[in-house]
Amino acid sequence: MGADFVMLGLVPLVVGVLTSVACALLGNFLVLRRQALIGDAVSHVVLPGIVLAYLATGTVAAGAMLLGAGAAAIAALVLIEIVRRAGRIEPGAAMGVVFTALFAAGVLLLEQTDTGKVHLDVEHALYGNLESIVWFAADGWGSLLDPAALAELPPPVPRLALALAAVIAFIALFWKELFIGTFDPGFAESVGARPGLTGFALVVMVAVVAVMAFDAVGAIIVVAMFICPAGAARLMTDRLLPQLAWSVAFATAAAVAGYMLAAYGPLWLGFASSVSAAGMIATVSGGILALACLVGPRRHRRGMQAADGGA
Amino acid sequence: MCVFRRLKIRTMNAVTPQLVARDGRKLARENVESPFAISGLTVSYGGRPAVLSVDFVTPPGAMVAIIGPNGAGKSTLIKAALGIVPRLSGEVTAFGLPREKAMARIAYVPQRASVDWDFPATVIDVVMMGYYRRLGLFRFAGTRLRRSALACLERVGMAAFADRQIGQLSGGQQQRVFIARALAQEADLYIMDEPFAGVDAVTERAIIAVLKDLKAAGKTIICVHHDLGTVTEYFDHVLLINVRRVAAGPVDEVFTIDNLQETYGGRLLTAENAGGVAPASPQAL
Repeated sequence: MGADFVMLGLVPLVVGVLTSVACALLGNFLVLRRQALIGDAVSHVVLPGIVLAYLATGTVAAGAMLLGAGAAAIAALVLIEIVRRAGRIEPGAAMGVVFTALFAAGVLLLEQTDTGKVHLDVEHALYGNLESIVWFAADGWGSLLDPAALAELPPPVPRLALALAAVIAFIALFWKELFIGTFDPGFAESVGARPGLTGFALVVMVAVVAVMAFDAVGAIIVVAMFICPAGAARLMTDRLLPQLAWSVAFATAAAVAGYMLAAYGPLWLGFASSVSAAGMIATVSGGILALACLVGPRRHRRGMQAADGGA
Repeated sequence: MCVFRRLKIRTMNAVTPQLVARDGRKLARENVESPFAISGLTVSYGGRPAVLSVDFVTPPGAMVAIIGPNGAGKSTLIKAALGIVPRLSGEVTAFGLPREKAMARIAYVPQRASVDWDFPATVIDVVMMGYYRRLGLFRFAGTRLRRSALACLERVGMAAFADRQIGQLSGGQQQRVFIARALAQEADLYIMDEPFAGVDAVTERAIIAVLKDLKAAGKTIICVHHDLGTVTEYFDHVLLINVRRVAAGPVDEVFTIDNLQETYGGRLLTAENAGGVAPASPQAL
């Protein structure tokens, strides 16, 4: 764990943790609103948005990508609503149809365009390139205190730190609105808590995080982190604030354990190469959810038993 | 502190009520005095009218039951009147003001089954939601509001359950938590969607006692109600609807076999057989 680790391992690890925590925090509200698939939809729809933004501007600058992805996310939400109403199907099915179709359209677009010069492809969209984020300016732990080296931090680090800060600020400032609007939207409307606007802002935050994370970690981590840590955290406690804390702990654990297992696990087992960190982080988060299902203290809740009995 | 300021604004509103509706029509005198007046309210669900051109003027201090068969648009009527679901047309005024300007004086209690009681919240968390309007954006409740929330729970006999997770409550206890949240709003008009649906006898008595207290304090109460057997006992006014308004007025004038037959479309067979006014709930048929 010396200079090599700081240069090659620390930044991917930090980016993995920042992304996982940002997604997990928002995921709590998505899961409680039974909108977990929105995270899935938005993170896939990012692909056609980014490709279109690249076609329009010819660059992969973060601003253009963000705008393109944001526009695609909004277009997808409108489409989901149209499909749901016109097709008279349940929201989950509408989301599934729309995001698969748009993601597929993004793949086709990508094939037709000359993106050879830039780092933009389907694999990248799914599992990012966490391992390739290298902090070239670092030469040991001392670099963490060296302003010159810190200035050379790879861009995903400040970008995702900013995304996480935005998520925390959003949840802290609009805690009451999120709480009331998620539990009882009709009542929220009657007391002026604007549940529709809050719900829309939540989806916008989801889109922002998905887009910021896209470049570094890809859709797999994002999708997993919107659902698994929050789902596991719900099984640990019956209060919302502790649930958020548990989800942060689970997301961090999944990111750290997943990255370490991917980078060093295969070597310990005698294989020559490492495996995809994004894939491993998502797998570990699924493992944590499975564990919480087996031993979580709040897994036998009254409502859930009733639901089981009725099924 | 801020309660005081609002009280002042309220009195001012009461003295200078707005006499003109949004479309420019002059409101009738009774609409100005009414805590809740609906005119020509129409709501459409998927191309079919769920509520068709309903008029109703709530007398001040009344306890009103909205009665009608399943699918008659009772819940839809109050949700549309409160702006929770979109309406096709119609005017709603509260205390002589356009409804949206008077929401601070209205407490809405949704149907108990409309929320997920498995939500990670405690009883006191839910009651504190009643203080939302008082707090507004970016402010959080302190110990003083927590104490008043506990007092509201006390009034429905639920103070001992303050820190319980809401999913661990019985249906009746959940309903009492909803009533406590409405009490926290300190409103002048209470609009409740089936507050007596599926509750135990203890809860029913607790709720009716609270409602009677509110009425004695000069508040107005409107309930969507399904149990025809308790209408005469609990309420003084009724609104009978089946998509359209069938009849409305004081219970002893309007709550008649003929009006009920018209509302329920001949499905109310036992009412006549039993001789009295509607002893059986239509759900039982």
